[in-house]
Amino acid sequence: MLALIVFLPLAAFLAILLGSPARLTAIGAAALNLGLALYAAATWHCPCWGVFSVPVLAKPAINLAFGFPDGMSAVMVLLTAIVTLAAVLSGKAPEGRETLYYGSSLLLSCGALGAFAATDMFFFYAFHELALIPTFLMIGILGRGERRAAAWKITIYLGLGSIVLLAGLVWLAGLTGTFDMSKMADAGRIDPVAQKGIAGLLIVGFGTLVSLFPFHSWAAPAYASAPAPIAMLHAGVLKKFGLYGLLRLAIPLVPDGLEAWLNPLLLLLLGNILWVGYVTVSQKRLDLMLGNSSVMHMGYIFLAVAALIAFPENPLARSAAIVLMFAHGISIALLFGLADRIERSTGSIDLADLGGLGKSAPALAFMFGIAAMASIGLPGLANFAGEVLVFLAAFKSYDGTSGLGPVQITCILSIWGVVISAVYMLRAYRNIFQGPAGTLTCSAPDITITDRIPALLLIVVLLAVGLYPNILLNLLK
Amino acid sequence: MPAYYLEALTVTLGIVLLMAEAFVPSKAKGWVGIAGAIGLAGILGLTCLAIGPDAKPDAAWAKWPLWNFYTFDGLARFYKIFSLLCTLLVLLMGVDYRKVLVQFTDHPGSEAGTGEYHVLPVFACAGMMWLASARDLAGAFVALELVTITFYILVSYMRRNIGSLEAGVKYLILGALSTGFLVYGIGWIYGSTGTMNLLEIGNRLRESVMFSSVPIISGLFTIHQTPLLFGVALVMVGLGFKVGAVPMQIWIPDVYQGAPTPTTAFLSVGSKAAGFILMIRFLEPFLASPVTRGPVLGLLGVLACATLLFGNLAAIAQTNFKRLLAYSSIAHAGFLLLALAAWQPSDSELTSTLVVSFYLATYLLMTLGVFFVLAQVRIQRDGENITDFNGLGTTNPRLALALTVLLAALAGVPLTAGFIGKFFVFFLAVDSHLWWPVGIATIAAAAGFYYYFKVIRAIWWMPPADATPISLPPISAACIAVLTTAVLLFGIWPQPIWALLR
Repeated sequence: MLALIVFLPLAAFLAILLGSPARLTAIGAAALNLGLALYAAATWHCPCWGVFSVPVLAKPAINLAFGFPDGMSAVMVLLTAIVTLAAVLSGKAPEGRETLYYGSSLLLSCGALGAFAATDMFFFYAFHELALIPTFLMIGILGRGERRAAAWKITIYLGLGSIVLLAGLVWLAGLTGTFDMSKMADAGRIDPVAQKGIAGLLIVGFGTLVSLFPFHSWAAPAYASAPAPIAMLHAGVLKKFGLYGLLRLAIPLVPDGLEAWLNPLLLLLLGNILWVGYVTVSQKRLDLMLGNSSVMHMGYIFLAVAALIAFPENPLARSAAIVLMFAHGISIALLFGLADRIERSTGSIDLADLGGLGKSAPALAFMFGIAAMASIGLPGLANFAGEVLVFLAAFKSYDGTSGLGPVQITCILSIWGVVISAVYMLRAYRNIFQGPAGTLTCSAPDITITDRIPALLLIVVLLAVGLYPNILLNLLK
Repeated sequence: MPAYYLEALTVTLGIVLLMAEAFVPSKAKGWVGIAGAIGLAGILGLTCLAIGPDAKPDAAWAKWPLWNFYTFDGLARFYKIFSLLCTLLVLLMGVDYRKVLVQFTDHPGSEAGTGEYHVLPVFACAGMMWLASARDLAGAFVALELVTITFYILVSYMRRNIGSLEAGVKYLILGALSTGFLVYGIGWIYGSTGTMNLLEIGNRLRESVMFSSVPIISGLFTIHQTPLLFGVALVMVGLGFKVGAVPMQIWIPDVYQGAPTPTTAFLSVGSKAAGFILMIRFLEPFLASPVTRGPVLGLLGVLACATLLFGNLAAIAQTNFKRLLAYSSIAHAGFLLLALAAWQPSDSELTSTLVVSFYLATYLLMTLGVFFVLAQVRIQRDGENITDFNGLGTTNPRLALALTVLLAALAGVPLTAGFIGKFFVFFLAVDSHLWWPVGIATIAAAAGFYYYFKVIRAIWWMPPADATPISLPPISAACIAVLTTAVLLFGIWPQPIWALLR
């Protein structure tokens, strides 16, 4: 059954290749998939989701198998389905390139779904790579601006990151003697020296994929150049693969190794929040600003991961990481989608060219406002729930007598990041929507009704999770 | 049917074709290649009927002394199928490549001098098939020479092309040198063990260990380690030439670039696989014995690291696609050597022999697919540079998609056959705790990712210099389609190749 969800986008991709109308097929498949994913997330406890398993290789045993080992996979599958539908709805293919445009979005979606649903490490890795290829090609072919340089950079960075990751995964599989991720823990505790090596490789490998400082410089130019659906899907969904991998494999299997790297990891995540935060403040183009802000926010999720490493019996940290992954995925997809609307409506994405757009496009202004508030972490929207949980998790074991540990100090420093993101988001909002209207913005058309659908879909999700986070938290139980 | 019929049939096919070729009108020489391919396909079908003496011990032929030189096991059958398939595809590639050949033979513009080009690979194929079964160093040497001498002609076939001639001379001189090393090494091994039979060598090595502590007779069974290892090292130098291991790779870029494209494809797949099967057969007894295992593994490890580093790093700077493929073939040899250096004996779940054979099978699919495309680009764009592939994505989207898949497979992108091969090599190396080589292989794989994607970038992101699409002849189109599909299929479902190997 879960295999149906994973392969539905692939089937739609093949249908498009064979000549079925691209946009319609993509939207239909994505909508159907969202329905299936909602049903799957609601009933993920049922063992019926894990029955799909096709042996690919008898010895050593590798199976093409999907299942929900816990609620985290279900949440990630749901996130992918939501963002996919929003991405194909808000995309607008250039003349004559519909097949490529919608086809690659579907392929990306299939890869992400496969990676989050796979229970076999081989396919966990392979599906993620499958999703990367259309990302690279789409940025290079249909991107904007310095697209070739940006595409080449993301190709090299993520290619190298994947290979480092592969080394760590192979090492892990070699020590545990199985590729089945649910059986890896049965192999017993891994030798501490090996744990340290594996943890290092996994942090660098997964970290590069999630744009952990200092392996982050591919992200902003790539997102700025990418066509809207690709930016939405990669920044919103695919990038979370690295964090998902750390939570799924690294934390249960190499806890001691991760603990040895805790302090360097804390320094790096501060680099994400503070360093990249200041870089974001100084951006002059909306797309680059959003790209950098997405890098910056990864720091908070890493903070949750670090809290989980430091206090392994901390259930809050795990939930915090997952809720924030979900919230960030929705909000950044919304922001990239709306940025694309702004560019299509005014013809520019440069903050200096814009201004006063709120008068001619009030609906766009309102929606962007909500997205910006979500990104800052305003209460009532999903990101707030995630960030508060992260900060609480970091202080979970603090009892007031033993002094502040490194995780708490990092947490205190990173709260400054909330101020930074308020600065750049509000400034961008003011520059775009308020003030006197310029030549580009005075007669810019507002967002059309059809374009409002995907934005509303994402806003509803943000509000629902923000007002009642238990929707997600119950799923994780 | 006794297995040696396969070689006999292949040689017969070659001789018949060679004689018939003389009577084929000069406009229709392409049919010689097609007839050869059909004949090889027939022999390919017969491989499933072939049996060794164990399957029918009562038959008269099963008692022949031939079986001291010749073995027929799963591995032999696999490599016979491999050689036949590779030769078949090379013949088909040659049929479409006549357009270039005719420019550089004795009668420019006429096909009169191209007939033999379609026949000679069949003889090389017979040699490779014999190598797959070789159990005796003398027999193996003869078979290897049959392959090599055929290649001397094939490499310099475009005799009015200065590049092809240069390649021919280089290959001749260095090939002869490597043959010298090989024979000299065999001599040393014979001198220290008293036999050239690999099975016997294994027995002698075992006996020397077994009786080493028995006081009086130990002298009878002593094998002096130094001369033996010297011989092994010399043979490895000779085989290193064949497979393109650093530092014996010197000839590869120039010869690959100068030779006609089908010959380059044949060299990089068929000749390399023949070298590796011989290397596996040759090393098996030495790796089984505790006396020689350590030094031999050390030698393999050093060769693997040097080959991985050189092949991949030197490939980065290439601008000529054919030369890039030459370095890539060195790079892949590095991964194959790494699998051998991480030797796992035949009783483990994942043996080195299996991994090497699997890797070579995927390598055949990917490399020949790329060479089919390259041959057409050479014919229609008259160039072999990476820039000649610019904009293929806009002029020939489907061909570009196929080439992207093939190159991604060579780079080792998951869900393609190439990834599974690399994955198992890494797995073996990690299992054997070869940390340094694993580190180097990681760097090598990363570099590989870079230079293969450089071509993909040219295909999709660069504007085309020549807007006329490349028109694929039916044979090439069919071969490319089949090979690309196979690369994707085996990337998700490798079990068929695996089953063939067991």
